[in-house]
Formats: sequence, C-alpha cells, structure tokens
Amino acid sequence: MSNHILVVAETSDGRFTSITYQVLGEVARLAGLSLSKGGGAVEVVVLGSGVHTAADLGALGASKIYVADDPSFAKPDAALVAPTVLALIKRTQPEAVFMGATALGMGLAPRLATHLQCALTSDCTAFAMEDGQIRVTRPVYGGRAVAVYQPKKLPLIATLRQNAFAPAAANGAMAASVEALTVVPAQNAVKVVETTKSAVGKIGLNEANIVVTGGRGMQGPDNFALVEELASVLGAATGATRAVVDAGWRPYGEQVGQTGKTVSPSLYVAAGVSGAMQHLVGMKTSKVIVAINKDPEAPIFKVADYGIVGDALKVLPALTAEMKKLKEQG
Amino acid sequence: MKILVFMKQVPDTAAPISVKDNQVDASKIDKYAASPYDEYALEQALQIKDKAADTKITLVTLGPARVREMIMQGLAMGADDAVIIKHEPAKHGELVEPNDLDGLAVANVLAAAAKKIGYDLIYTGTKGVDDDQGWVGIAMGELLGLPLVAGARSTEVSGGTARVLRDVEGGKEKLEVSLPALITSSQATEPRYPTLKGIMGAKRKPVLEWDIASLGVAADALASRVERVALDMPPGRQAGRLLLGEPNDQVQELVRLLREQAKVI
Ligand SMILES: Cc1cc2nc3c(=O)[nH]c(=O)nc-3n(C[C@H](O)[C@H](O)[C@H](O)COP(=O)(O)OP(=O)(O)OC[C@H]3O[C@@H](n4cnc5c(N)ncnc54)[C@H](O)[C@@H]3O)c2cc1C
Ligand SMILES: Nc1ncnc2c1ncn2[C@@H]1O[C@H](COP(=O)(O)O)[C@@H](O)[C@H]1O
Repeated sequence: MSNHILVVAETSDGRFTSITYQVLGEVARLAGLSLSKGGGAVEVVVLGSGVHTAADLGALGASKIYVADDPSFAKPDAALVAPTVLALIKRTQPEAVFMGATALGMGLAPRLATHLQCALTSDCTAFAMEDGQIRVTRPVYGGRAVAVYQPKKLPLIATLRQNAFAPAAANGAMAASVEALTVVPAQNAVKVVETTKSAVGKIGLNEANIVVTGGRGMQGPDNFALVEELASVLGAATGATRAVVDAGWRPYGEQVGQTGKTVSPSLYVAAGVSGAMQHLVGMKTSKVIVAINKDPEAPIFKVADYGIVGDALKVLPALTAEMKKLKEQG
Repeated sequence: MKILVFMKQVPDTAAPISVKDNQVDASKIDKYAASPYDEYALEQALQIKDKAADTKITLVTLGPARVREMIMQGLAMGADDAVIIKHEPAKHGELVEPNDLDGLAVANVLAAAAKKIGYDLIYTGTKGVDDDQGWVGIAMGELLGLPLVAGARSTEVSGGTARVLRDVEGGKEKLEVSLPALITSSQATEPRYPTLKGIMGAKRKPVLEWDIASLGVAADALASRVERVALDMPPGRQAGRLLLGEPNDQVQELVRLLREQAKVI
C-alpha cells in the first residue's frame, strides 16, 4: 500500500464543485501531518466531461491527477463511475480515498468499500492522525452523539460532510502530472428517462452559506413568498420542516432534518419552526441560528443565538426590508 | 411479484441518546422504531401491492429479540410475512452496543438471506438513523450484482420494469430499471397506519427466525473493517438572546447583531 490519499473530484459543467475544494483542503492538511512520518502525497481523480482545469489542482497540493473524461460522466453517477475509480484504486493502492458526502459520494463510497472489502466512514466531520493512525470523527444517531472511528482494513473510504472543512488554498504552482484514464464500462445500467428542474431551490441547500427555513407557523403555502423574498435578498437557499413538506406546501428537496438534509451554513434563519428534535439534528451545527417564533417557550429558542419572539408574517417582511436597505447602502 | 423490504430497528428519533463509557447507554432508550427511511421503503412496496394484488412482500431484519415489535407493525401495515435473522449484539459490561457489526458484515448476511428467500425487487432505506452510514443497501446491491436506484420517492412496476421517481438537487428524475433490482428509499407519502383488521391479521402471518450460522456466511465476512474507538455527546448549544418589542425594532437590533457581533452578513 502506498502512502497517499486519493481524492475523488466532482465537476459540474466542467468546473470543480465547492465540496471538491473542501475535500482537497482537508486532505492537503492530513498529508502535511503524515509527511513528517515519511511522506504523504495527494492524488486526485477527476470525473467529468470536457474537463480543462485539472492541471490547476497542482497548486492545491495534488501531485498526480488522473482524468476520466467521458460524455457519460457529464453528470457523474455512482454506478457509472465506480468501475473506473475501482480499477485506479487497485492499481495505485492509496491508503485512503476521500470524497464529498454528496449524492455521488454517498453512492460511490459503499460500492468501493464492498469490492475492496475495506473500511468505510460516511459523512465525516473531522480527521486526526494519532501514532501514525488516522482517526475519523462523525456524527451518529442523527447528530445526537459523536463517534470516533479507526479503520482496521485499509484503504479507508471516507465521505466528507459539506461545509465542515475549510477549502484548499492555492500555495503556488506545483507541478502535477496528469494522466488520462481509460473508462471501465459499468454494468447494470439504470436509465434516466426524464429530468425536471424545480422552480424553487435555485441555490442548493447543501452548498448554501445562508438558509432561510419556514415551518408550519408560516400558516400556509402562499406565505412562503415571504421566506423566498428574504432568501433572495440574502442570497440564501430556502428550507422547510417536514410538517410543511408533508402538508404539500413545499417540495421534499427543501426538507431539513433527520429525514431530510443536514445543513451547516454560517447563518440559519428558522421562521415558524417549533424546533422538534428531528428538525434540530439537521441544522444545529449551523454557525449562527436565528429563530422567529410567536411562542417564547418554543424549543427552537434553546439552540438559537438570536431569537425574535413575534409573528413571522410580520417579522419576515420587516427583516427583508431592513436587509434591502443595508444592501442599498452598500 | 416478490418484494423484500429490509428494515432496521433503531432508537426512536425523538429520544435523546445518552453516552456512558464510550457506549450508548441502552438502558436509557425507552422506545425503538423502524428507521424512518425503512418505513418509507415499506410504504413504497405496499403501494405496488395496492395496485397488483399478486405482489408478495417479505420483511427481513437482522437484530435482537426486540425487533419483533417492528416486524409485527410492518405486517400490520400490510406485508405478508417476515424473516428475523437473530443477532444479539455484544455486551460491554452493563452496556449493549446495538451496532457491533459493520455495514459490510450486515450486507453479507442480508444478501445471503435474500438469495435464500428469492426476490424480484429489493427495498432498503437510504440509511439507518443510528450509525447513519448508508452502507448496507448499496453494499447488498453490489453483492447481489443488481442494478440500483438510490433515493427513490415512488415506484411503479409493469412488465418486468420498475419506473422510479426521485428528487435530485434542483429537481426531479424519472428512471427506468429492469427487474430484479434494488431500490433505496429516502421518502414517500406518509407511511400508512395499521388498521385494526391489519393488527389482528398480523398475528397469523408467518414469521421465520433464522440464525446467521444457517446462512453459511464466512467468518471473515463478519469481521469489522472499521472500529468505533470513542463515543461522546455532541457539543451543546447555548440559548442566545431573545429580542422582544415591535417587529421593526426587533429586526433592526437583529441586523446590527448579525453584522457587528456574529459577523455573518
Ligand atoms: C421519524 C420522524 C422523522 C422526522 N423527520 C423530520 C425532518 O427531517 N425534518 C423536520 O423538520 N421534521 C421532521 N419530523 C417532524 C418533527 O417531529 C416535527 O413534527 C416538525 O419538525 C414540526 O414542524 P414545524 O416546526 O413546522 O411545525 P410545528 O411543530 O407545528 O410548529 C410550528 C411553530 O410555529 C409557531 N408559530 C405558529 N404561528 C406562528 C406565527 N404566525 N409566527 C411565528 N411562529 C408561529 C408555533 O409557535 C410553533 O412553534 C420527523 C418526525 C418523525 C417522527
Ligand atoms: N440490521 C439490519 N436489518 C435489516 N436491514 C438493515 C439492517 N441494517 C441496515 N439495513 C438496511 O440497510 C439500509 C441502510 O442501513 P445503514 O447502512 O445501516 O445506514 C437500512 O435503511 C435498511 O434498509
């Protein structure tokens, strides 16, 4: 086994996604830690179609870049890319393989671990080196506890939670060699017969730096215009509780919580949200939480940094107006 | 058509988890339930059966004696029969670690069970909301060499093909896969409640109990590839400041705090 970590880079429209920079940042940090013990290198496999920028990854700490460029990878699908990544791992024998805990990563990682019969840790939030051994921290029980794991059979396949790691910073142009990979065809194809874009959720919840969520306290689907207006001024993604998703007011893609998405933006605004355990586990690692609720006893206030006791239908428009003013002042 | 639904019993999602000596203090868990995604999986399977009465749904679970309650609930909702693969997790002193097998070990056992039972379609949840790995369903699909659709919200089956609808980032997708296949569910319409008739009928439905040993899974397939070395409570959050008064004053104060104190806007 060679002393390097392989990063699976994700692209969208030929460019690297934000999570890819975050994974690279953490891996470069870890490689630095193990360097003192005789060298740790970062290699990257880029999956996509029409990828031009691969060589730039050298500046972010990568020493070797493998490019799997194929029209079928334009929207990478875990089943499609798995055989190609697997072949690369078998050939280059990395100690660990890191990727984002995205739809692609969460589908790819278990496939790799199954074929390699090795360790897997999903949705990780921290890594450390102890006595030359890697230790992985990840939330369990929907964030009601935090566990530390140690791989017993390498390579370690890990997916990294979005927004939990600092993105890689360029540190001068390092020369990285680039190798084109032959695509290994996948079996068991699944056919996508139709794709519909939804009007809402223009900014992806997982990547968003600010999230504005509405709960049942918004009183009805029409009032979510108020949530959208604030989100639009803030450049935020919109979120929803399961109560409003089940009621059909908002699409499932917006649901935050145990059975929806886990988000940790720098600012989370919850309007008319009671703060049930199943909702809290999806947002309580946000940096700053603002809650607007007419009930001063609402559990959401127990985790909120700033709480506004009041009617969300009045507070949201006032907040939107205030933010607009601020923006106009520049 | 034969559908297998794999369900895992987990501590109820509303219950706090207490940690003692790096273990979950199981004595403090007063309620267990099916992992919510597995309930969605069952609901999707039941919707197929609603339309095609010759569909047979078998529930499969691996776990300790307490899983029978979850199985009875699933049978009352409308599944036809069930297989319980008995596994009493290891005890650490007084504490029971509910998850002493890793995902691949579980998948090896469950895949062997699936082969023994036979299937046209397999459902799992996207993840068990205990160790939150999301490993077992996909691993089982790979072990059985099945095409796999992850994160389904509804399924329609006709003529050996499953049509699956799922939400993806920024929209929806419709996919087609030929059977046999494996589908992981991440949502559905609200899972149905058992009717009184369903609850009475469940008592007469067959529930088989199998031992892991009877499935012929090799010992090294059961050895963990990853070990949990510590468990702790998450860092707590302090309640912050409540802003009272009129909306206009409240938001002005909020914006000031967000800019000057929290520095997030
Ligand atoms: C297995 C399981 C999984 C679940 N998964 C999730 C999940 O992923 N995500 C999730 O969110 N929930 C989830 N839930 C549901 C969760 O338990 C709660 O029911 C849900 O979060 C409540 O949503 P809510 O806060 O919008 O509604 P409610 O609990 O009804 O709260 C509405 C709040 O709005 C306030 N309010 C009312 N009017 C106004 C007003 N005019 N102005 C301001 N405030 C007002 C009220 O005081 C109240 O606090 C799950 C439940 C289960 C059992
Ligand atoms: N012990 C188990 N018994 C039955 N099904 C399971 C078990 N563990 C996991 N599964 C299935 O695999 C899915 C993913 O689980 P996990 O990998 O534990 O997150 C679950 O939603 C279940 O459908």
